[in-house]
Amino acid sequence: MIPIPLIERICRLMFGRIAKAHPGLFERLDEHRQKRFAFLPTDLPLAFVVVPGRQEISVLRKPVEIEADAVTEAPLFLLLALMEGRCDADALFFSRDLSVTGDMEAMLAMRNALDASNIDLQKDLAKLAGPFAPVARRVIGEIRDRALKDQNSSAGEAAAWN
Amino acid sequence: MELICPAGTPAAFHEAVDAGADAVYCGFRDETNARNFPGLNFSREELREAIAYAKRKGTQTFVALNTFMRAGAEEIWYKGAADAVALGADALILADFGLMAHVAEKYPQQRLHVSVQASASNPDAINFLVDAFNAQRVVLPRTLTIADIARIGKNIRCEMEVFVFGGLCVMAEGRCSLSSYATGKSPNMNGVCSPASHVRYRKDGGELVSELGEFTINRFPAGEAAGYPTLCKGRFDIADSNGYAFEDPVSLDVMGELEALKAAGVKALKIEGRQRGKAYVAEVVSTMKAALNSPPDRRASLLARLRTMSEGQKTTSGAYEKRWR
Repeated sequence: MIPIPLIERICRLMFGRIAKAHPGLFERLDEHRQKRFAFLPTDLPLAFVVVPGRQEISVLRKPVEIEADAVTEAPLFLLLALMEGRCDADALFFSRDLSVTGDMEAMLAMRNALDASNIDLQKDLAKLAGPFAPVARRVIGEIRDRALKDQNSSAGEAAAWN
Repeated sequence: MELICPAGTPAAFHEAVDAGADAVYCGFRDETNARNFPGLNFSREELREAIAYAKRKGTQTFVALNTFMRAGAEEIWYKGAADAVALGADALILADFGLMAHVAEKYPQQRLHVSVQASASNPDAINFLVDAFNAQRVVLPRTLTIADIARIGKNIRCEMEVFVFGGLCVMAEGRCSLSSYATGKSPNMNGVCSPASHVRYRKDGGELVSELGEFTINRFPAGEAAGYPTLCKGRFDIADSNGYAFEDPVSLDVMGELEALKAAGVKALKIEGRQRGKAYVAEVVSTMKAALNSPPDRRASLLARLRTMSEGQKTTSGAYEKRWR
């Protein structure tokens, strides 16, 4: 079992890299920037809580009582696809692949901010690997392609990718 | 027929243009447009860049200023119109007669479209707007049959645009007070139907419960496709039965009636969905474009894949082919 502090450290590095690559990322959040957004992958024993205004991310091990203003639950692959704007949140809500609770204004603002941001995890995170960036980009791309293939075969077209 | 496509963000705008939209419609990030949702819409600078991008690709940009002006705060809408004109919008989509009068007087060369929010749904009303404000196109409500549209088309002096795909509003748009009744906010005055600030979702056993203000809108059993939390698509206890009073959670799709719409004199086909993500916009616009360029017998199979992205994962031709229950 990977220790939480190590996962948290990796997540903070990734969050920092994405925030640096997309400086206007949370501009659309307006008054919701200081709110606590929880993302719960249904297929992982972890929960991620983000406070955009403080560029803060914490990782918790489930089961845990989450203190958050808004909570989104979906398989990890779909949460990552939403971050990249590669699937439509409403469609995932209709198909019941995604559930949301709490402050819907804040959650909607977050959804729209991410959708507008043009995050590309393959491109953005590969830079963390320094001189090995091209290799990292290829590995991340392969993982994403495989996840996409698995998702499409298991969920039909409910998760629409562009 | 032109394909008019939605964009709630610059990213979605680019997707719509790249997917083959003839025109993209969008709005400013304020109460001047009927999709005034948190985090959505365009700053002035974003609209400037979007219009420039569209022009390079030969695509038109329509700017929606389609809420009704608040008395005493008209300047917000006047400024919106002035900025949209200055930025090079190909048309303004307007609902408020006062704003139409202002635009017609100040910017007589600016193309003016009548928003569906204006509730202009008969030849007298439409021709009045043509004569008074030089309106060049009317967006018709989703409450008319194709036969109604054909009859209107023969008796008006402007172009007709109709919704063919996406969210299905079943009410007299611009006059619906259901959202106001439940929350005090409406698409007409605030740009929001069933505002997120008043929406709550909770789990009750295996059920997903959606609430709007003090009303329970629906309880979706596990595995049942969900819909938006609007009163018009709510499931209620009525007398001895439980069911949908107005309409099911369902989206509009009348692409199967393209020939009839063309024969009725429709000039432009509109896709609803400025609140949807860029992935939805890309998928729907490219599919619709392909359907428009395909023979009629191929369209149904092309469009079938969009059903899973639709509200309730179902589509209907709604009032266009009215069948009473």
